Amino acid sequence: MESTGMKFDVIVIGAGHAGCEAALASARMGSKTLLISINLDTVAYMPCNPSIGGPAKGIVVREIDALGGEMGKNIDKTHIQMRMLNTGKGPAVRALRAQADKYLYQHEMKKTIEQQDNLVLEQGLVEELIIEDDCVKGIITRTGIRYLADAVVITTGTYLRGKIIIGNVEYSSGPNNQQPSIRLSEQLIDLGFDLVRFKTGTPPRVNSKTIDYSKTEIQPGDDVPRAFSFETTEYKDDQIPCWLTYTNEQTHNIINNNLHLSPMYSGMIVGTGPRYCPSIEDKIVRFNDKPRHQLFLEPEGRNTEEVYVQGLSTSLPEYVQIQMIKSISGLENAQIMRSGYAIEYDAVVPTQLWPTLETKIIKNLYTAGQINGTSGYEEAAGQGLIAGINASLKAQKKEPLILDRSDAYIGVLIDDLVTKGTNEPYRLLTSRAEYRLILRHDNADVRLTGYGFKVGLINEDRYSRFLSKLDKIETEKQRLKEITIKPTKEIQELLFNLSGSELKDGIKPYELLKRPEIHYSHLLKIGFGNNELETEVLEQVEIQIKYEGYIEKSLQQVEKMKKMDSKKIPDNIDYDSINGLASEARQKLKQVRPLSIGQASRISGVNPADISILLVYIEQGKIAKTNN
Amino acid sequence: MLEFDTIAAISTAPGEGAIAIVRLSGDRAVKIANLIFKGKNLNNVHSHTVHYGHIVNPETNVVLEEVMLTVMLAPKTFTKEDVVEINCHGGIVSVNRVLELVLEYGARLAEPGEFTKRAFLNGRIDLSQAEAVIDIIRAKTDKAMTVALNQLEGRLSNKIVSLRQKLLETLAHIEVNIDYPEYDDVEEMTNSILLPKVTEVLNELEIMLQSARHGKIIREGVATAIIGRPNVGKSSLLNALIQENKAIVTDIPGTTRDVIEEYVNVRGIPLKLIDTAGIRETEDIVEKIGVERSKKAISDADLVLFVLNNNEQFSDKDLELFNLVEDKEIVIVLNKIDLPNQLNIEGLKLSSNAIIVKTSVNNDHGIEELEEAIYNKYMGGAIEGNDLTYISNTRHIDLIKKSKKSLNEAVVAIKCDTPIDLIQIDLVRAWEYLGQIIGDSVQESLIDQLFSQFCLGK
Repeated sequence: MESTGMKFDVIVIGAGHAGCEAALASARMGSKTLLISINLDTVAYMPCNPSIGGPAKGIVVREIDALGGEMGKNIDKTHIQMRMLNTGKGPAVRALRAQADKYLYQHEMKKTIEQQDNLVLEQGLVEELIIEDDCVKGIITRTGIRYLADAVVITTGTYLRGKIIIGNVEYSSGPNNQQPSIRLSEQLIDLGFDLVRFKTGTPPRVNSKTIDYSKTEIQPGDDVPRAFSFETTEYKDDQIPCWLTYTNEQTHNIINNNLHLSPMYSGMIVGTGPRYCPSIEDKIVRFNDKPRHQLFLEPEGRNTEEVYVQGLSTSLPEYVQIQMIKSISGLENAQIMRSGYAIEYDAVVPTQLWPTLETKIIKNLYTAGQINGTSGYEEAAGQGLIAGINASLKAQKKEPLILDRSDAYIGVLIDDLVTKGTNEPYRLLTSRAEYRLILRHDNADVRLTGYGFKVGLINEDRYSRFLSKLDKIETEKQRLKEITIKPTKEIQELLFNLSGSELKDGIKPYELLKRPEIHYSHLLKIGFGNNELETEVLEQVEIQIKYEGYIEKSLQQVEKMKKMDSKKIPDNIDYDSINGLASEARQKLKQVRPLSIGQASRISGVNPADISILLVYIEQGKIAKTNN
Repeated sequence: MLEFDTIAAISTAPGEGAIAIVRLSGDRAVKIANLIFKGKNLNNVHSHTVHYGHIVNPETNVVLEEVMLTVMLAPKTFTKEDVVEINCHGGIVSVNRVLELVLEYGARLAEPGEFTKRAFLNGRIDLSQAEAVIDIIRAKTDKAMTVALNQLEGRLSNKIVSLRQKLLETLAHIEVNIDYPEYDDVEEMTNSILLPKVTEVLNELEIMLQSARHGKIIREGVATAIIGRPNVGKSSLLNALIQENKAIVTDIPGTTRDVIEEYVNVRGIPLKLIDTAGIRETEDIVEKIGVERSKKAISDADLVLFVLNNNEQFSDKDLELFNLVEDKEIVIVLNKIDLPNQLNIEGLKLSSNAIIVKTSVNNDHGIEELEEAIYNKYMGGAIEGNDLTYISNTRHIDLIKKSKKSLNEAVVAIKCDTPIDLIQIDLVRAWEYLGQIIGDSVQESLIDQLFSQFCLGK
């Protein structure tokens, strides 16, 4: 083999959403980094829907930003529309979602990467990892170039032995007819990795010129300027709407009559698909009583006529897709530019990873994104960021970064993956988080900026601005506890007119804010607010006071979890020598090798009695050690 | 996640001794005790000090017990955690009430051996005891299985499963609104739709608590009537039970005459003997009044000890009384078996769970068997060791109560128009508590429900 002899600190394979975050983080932390991708025209490519964010996922984007990642900034620069979802509900579940200009998104990300110091972006297909003594040392490309590195991050998405299926047609391919990666998958198996076969799919894209929008409902973005990044100051005011239409009885008949041609039902697809992202044929079979399903028409960008038909993911033959489309209101004359397809790919069983995303089998090798069995750009980016940070820390011989379930949705995601594994493509849902109220959209910076600063992704300037924000929040909360609002006639009238609230006695504004109908804006209007504070400070003050009781309840739960998580399990523990463990628990513990009692307790099949026994055993070991 | 809770249990043998101790251990021990203790603010007291005061239910202000309470702060305690010991008067009823209150205010019922386990885990006990601790834990789970199967009556278990399912569907509905806010074919769950759903579950839990047989036993004892014609030996039986088991006599004020309730503790089961004064009197009173009295006693009773004289023929009077009691839980006591048999009860239609015990109370014969029969009737006989049976029941009650409390908080929040995702926190909590009764775990089932109940996806 030829070798350039080039040596990097960190190599990232694949430049999708995980790879971009991994490479940028690593380079920004001072590690010399190579980002290598099969095709440089697909850097940060969105092979599925042109949107970023939404419930749980939108919070992940904010978390990425608070840690010093790129996704939030990039979408702020390239969106065509933004909406805040769940505004009618509590603060914990509010979520921002942007429609992306998928081309601009790619270009912007590529430019950022190209301009980044310490970072080399290169086109190439990695065929082999260089492994010595169960430790990764570098990579070899198809063209015979060898690059050495202290740590390697694999973020190959759905490219590993990817296979596209449309009707009875199937061919080896990555997403959108990109080249798949075959050899790397085979090597992973040779190295002893368990791989699973997952499946996902995408709907057809139609030409906007051929849509009759008058038969659909408009879905505009918010009037208020919105941004993911805590640092964004420029907002776009030229937003593009999406449109809503529905399937109907005729569409359903077409699908039912052609079900036998669906690779899902003919047995051609063996991979497991996600329940939360079913194909239209799946929806119709499983919920056959529903007369219609929603379809969102989402523009793929400002400089393209392609429109993504959200809700119509399918792998039926192309001619059936054409019939389906023509049966839909507004799409009677629509021309399909790209047809929908299903894609099968290899994923690594994620319980083979440590919570740092390093693999247990090969040292210094990390995997992130769809290869770990997840789906979604945000889930990928979040993992990519953590894998990049940890690969860089490893190269620099520093302690890794592990976020726990009360730190971030990213922590929930990774803990779920490495502790429980997944038997379908994993998507984050807010209901996966036990401490949803703590993991809010608005406080991602409060939760994570400190970590970002510590690893070197947040600079001094941003960090000191953050500290000053925290200080302002505390000072204002204290002030609101100390002053009293007297029920003068004037105040009573003002307050009643504003909110319908009345005072019986003098009250601290801190207590008044706890009334559901009272907001900080009312305090300002009756002269008890502080005009000089920024909106984001006031937002924190209001949420922290208003939901104090619930936040307190959640924090008690967090406290318990932290205690369990702080009980470390020694890495040399021999589960076979522990008497009394149930056999299922023993087997699961050996497989997952949890780092703490807390993690062990979250493994399904490990029950409280096993945890007790484990605790006693570990304590025994400690005593034995001191006796020696 | 139960390892680091604050735990509580009655740490004296049930029903024996002049005092009984409720012990708490864990970092919230003092806080919890302080919530229900009147006499002093326990948050400020020194370690290893004893305090006089009363245990008071903070909601109802009812005084439950006059106690001496010991506060011992970590680390110089048995478990190396904060420990509070509440010294109550002996007798199972009052100490149980104190324990229940402690559980209601945040402690968890300790499992067998758990105090010892903590002592070990915190480095208080030496290595040689480790195996013993493991044995306890393992034994506990094996037994816990039996307990779960035997103690949890099928009906109760089914009920809990169905209540959980109701909550789960509601939760999934809330979740789907949160995770898929734009799906217009899913109805928006509002607080006004939510309220009746929560109230329904709440009411059912309330009914369960009230009617839970074991719960009632522990709260109030088994109301027991001793019924029979004069001179069959009721009074002697009463005295025998009382002698055998230390009785607690409670005066009930406010009644026109002195009705006396006496509790006896039969192998951990508190029997509340009804109208003992009547039994003592009616031996001399005209029979008519005796029957009237018996009727009253029977209507209040959970258990009837129906006493017949083995030495006499079955009379019309016996039949009249028997007809009053035939629908009750009944133990037929054939007394005076030391005398020649004259009695024939083969013609009696006995219900399938009626039990017949032969005694000669005056000779102290058959009392053991009677107690055995009562014990089996209430504790199913399948479980050995009375504290375990009793614990599993208290545990269920505790969890149902905690679930109910969470739902109550949800109702208050709904009425305050709190955002639904916050109310959901209490609903999840309620659902988890019920799950702990039947040993079911959490997250995945919610997500499964979500996707089976709703058609979602892009």
